[in-house]
Amino acid sequence: MSRAQRPAWLGSASTAIVSVGIAFGVAVLLLLLVDAPPLEALRLLWDGSFGTVAKLSDTLMTWIPLVLAAAGLIVTFQAGLWNIGAEGQIVAGAIGATWIARSLGGPSAVVITATFVAGAVAGALYALVPGYLRSRFEVHEIFSGVALNFLAGALAVYLIIGPWGRAGTASTSGTDPIREGAWLPTLGAQRISLVAIVAAVVAIVAVAVLMGGTRYGLRVKAVGRSTASARLMGISPQRYTLSAFAIGGGLAGVAGSVQVTGFHHKLVPSISGGYGFLAVLVVLLAGFRIVWIAPIALFFAAIQVGSTQLSLRLSIDSSLAGVITGVLVLSILLVGGWRSRRSLALAARRPVVE
Amino acid sequence: MTLTLRGITKSYGSLRANDGVDLDVAAGELHGLLGENGAGKSTLMKVLSGFVRADAGEVAIDGRVLSMASPRDAIGAGIGMLHQDPLVFGPFTVLDNFLLASPGGARLDRARGREQLEDAAQRYGFTFDPDAVARTLTVGERQQLEIARLLWLGARLLIFDEPTTGISADQRDKLFDILRRLAADGLMVIFVSHKLEEIEQLCERVTIMRGGRVAGREDMPVPPERLVELMFGEILVIPDRPPATLGPTVLNVRDAGFSDRVEVTDVSIDVAEAEVLGLAGLEGSGQRTFLRGCAGLIAADRGSILVDGTDVTKRSYRAFRDAGVHLLPAGRLEEGLVPGLTIAEHFELVSANRSFFVDWGAADSSARERIASDSIKGTTASTLESLSGGNQQRLLLAMLPSHVRVLLMEHPTRGLDIESAAWVWAQLLERRTNGTGIVFASADLDELLRYSDRIAVFFEGRIIEVVAAAATDSEALGHLIGGRRK
Repeated sequence: MSRAQRPAWLGSASTAIVSVGIAFGVAVLLLLLVDAPPLEALRLLWDGSFGTVAKLSDTLMTWIPLVLAAAGLIVTFQAGLWNIGAEGQIVAGAIGATWIARSLGGPSAVVITATFVAGAVAGALYALVPGYLRSRFEVHEIFSGVALNFLAGALAVYLIIGPWGRAGTASTSGTDPIREGAWLPTLGAQRISLVAIVAAVVAIVAVAVLMGGTRYGLRVKAVGRSTASARLMGISPQRYTLSAFAIGGGLAGVAGSVQVTGFHHKLVPSISGGYGFLAVLVVLLAGFRIVWIAPIALFFAAIQVGSTQLSLRLSIDSSLAGVITGVLVLSILLVGGWRSRRSLALAARRPVVE
Repeated sequence: MTLTLRGITKSYGSLRANDGVDLDVAAGELHGLLGENGAGKSTLMKVLSGFVRADAGEVAIDGRVLSMASPRDAIGAGIGMLHQDPLVFGPFTVLDNFLLASPGGARLDRARGREQLEDAAQRYGFTFDPDAVARTLTVGERQQLEIARLLWLGARLLIFDEPTTGISADQRDKLFDILRRLAADGLMVIFVSHKLEEIEQLCERVTIMRGGRVAGREDMPVPPERLVELMFGEILVIPDRPPATLGPTVLNVRDAGFSDRVEVTDVSIDVAEAEVLGLAGLEGSGQRTFLRGCAGLIAADRGSILVDGTDVTKRSYRAFRDAGVHLLPAGRLEEGLVPGLTIAEHFELVSANRSFFVDWGAADSSARERIASDSIKGTTASTLESLSGGNQQRLLLAMLPSHVRVLLMEHPTRGLDIESAAWVWAQLLERRTNGTGIVFASADLDELLRYSDRIAVFFEGRIIEVVAAAATDSEALGHLIGGRRK
């Protein structure tokens, strides 16, 4: 497992429980304010995400890109990089996968494998841009990441209404569907794809082993915690900055390819679905530790999917999902901040001798 | 007025920082509190000044026991403490800083404040200008301002905790003069230090602490050996430098120039196998740049650098390392070790093992051996932050490869306690007997004179003199450092 160092309060079970409690408390309060029955709403939220096999499969299809992107972000965050460009890297991966699906024929297995590779390569290359700007010109990755997110979205829209547009119509609703040979095989009549689940699980295990059990992971952490020290030890910060970006972008790119081949079956403008940003929150709440990624991502996915039920049954806007997510993040930061202040105050009463 | 401390006891977890400490100080007395780092001096003074509550024991002035719950209680009882780094508000004038502490109501009486300040200045020989901006004051003048402030608050006992850290010799003499005047005026002065010579020079009586207890009390003067014995429990023998048998040249620098924050020009020097070259000079005279240049971190603008006869001038830092050149910088935490990583992870980072997967079981047991052999206080899972400065330095040294040709160091013992400093030099001298050439920069003249074979004096980015350590003394060296050639 990752031997990551983090603020002591992050990722601790008690912080998580108290914060989730606060978040639900605020949600209940909001529901009462709009005259909606809170218990009914929570039940709908649960039913909407786990109630039926179809709902569960939808939740898992949201969980998969979140986990893939978050696993990649673990590597970049451990390298000390604020990679908020995952959103754009997902789009890049989706574009790469769409290109392969549109242009490559042949057996389904070959095409699908190729879309995965293309997604990973496109995402990795796209992530190398902020990596290069950072290591060569000291451009902060937050700024380049934001810019590149916009660029990726713009490129997708251009492809959708331009070169890859539907014949005769200039619509932003998406490209023509990719041919079925490139679709991920699903389990029975459900949307869920075993291949995609395996990809997500493999990503978690691979990142866990990489960060916890390899020399590469150890060096990434050294560069992330003290670039100057790592350099003096003869470790090239550039190399590890760039490779961490490539791994993070690669996994985000795979998430993008799954969005195309397993979900939309075409390129749409909002192909990334905000999962790149949501994944940053997942990683933050996990305290940069891989073990917490799967459950936290599942929680977020359930709220995303389940909240659509609320608008249908209680005519509450489904933006409640965003509200709960936002309040959850704020309350975790709040509880964590309060706890670290308290431990600081305790430490102050326990000064170092001499 | 007399101060009496009886049975002061204070524990932090399992550590007894103070264990039944008694202390007596009379009016007009310059009382020294001597002890090694960690002896419990600062804890005792924090108890006395109300910053820390003792677990047991009492503080009494003129026989009246004080209840000490906060620094406010202490100053109310006439006890004032000067901190190692006096706090001043930089953008304010000296007078405004002084008035900030003024007792009394909302109205600010500048005229009276000025009068008080000038009065104190004249009486004790303070050198600051009341209208100067505080930021421009020297550390010594900030201390004077702090003294004036404490006196105005009614302090009758002044505590100075290591006040000579970071001030020049001139400022120190001035401070000592002020302390003597304060004592002559009937105030009690407690002077906390781990420096023998300062205690000898200044104090009339001294209390020596060791391991949280009082090891002894002496009326000065006392032979220094006696004080050392009380401080350390045994006479510390400073090992003589083993005679060096210098080998062939390992590092050869010719007419080199390096551009950094401080520029270095026209430096030529040879370092032989098993030689120790000390770099003297004021901070910022080019030693740092020179060491970084020799390590391959800063490319030479001109000239050449040869290691074991091989020209590495234009090569990468990596190539310098491969040639056996290693730099241990002054900032252990900033550029040497990695916060958040454990001891085992540190050893693994510099391990010669190149396998992709790390065998943490094996790494753990080899780290355990290194911890034992290098007497680092910590476990394999201890993070860097949990180690003391001395143990961090031990870790840094232990991480060096066994075969080093040229070892470049900045301030190898800065901030370390005496035991760790001695250990560091024992390690370095052992490496030297294995043929490593050592180049170290230090601000400590004694350290330079004791361990160097030769000393190169930097002044304004150049080496102005290279002297044999045996043929010079601290006075001559001090002149050279100031740029005055013989």
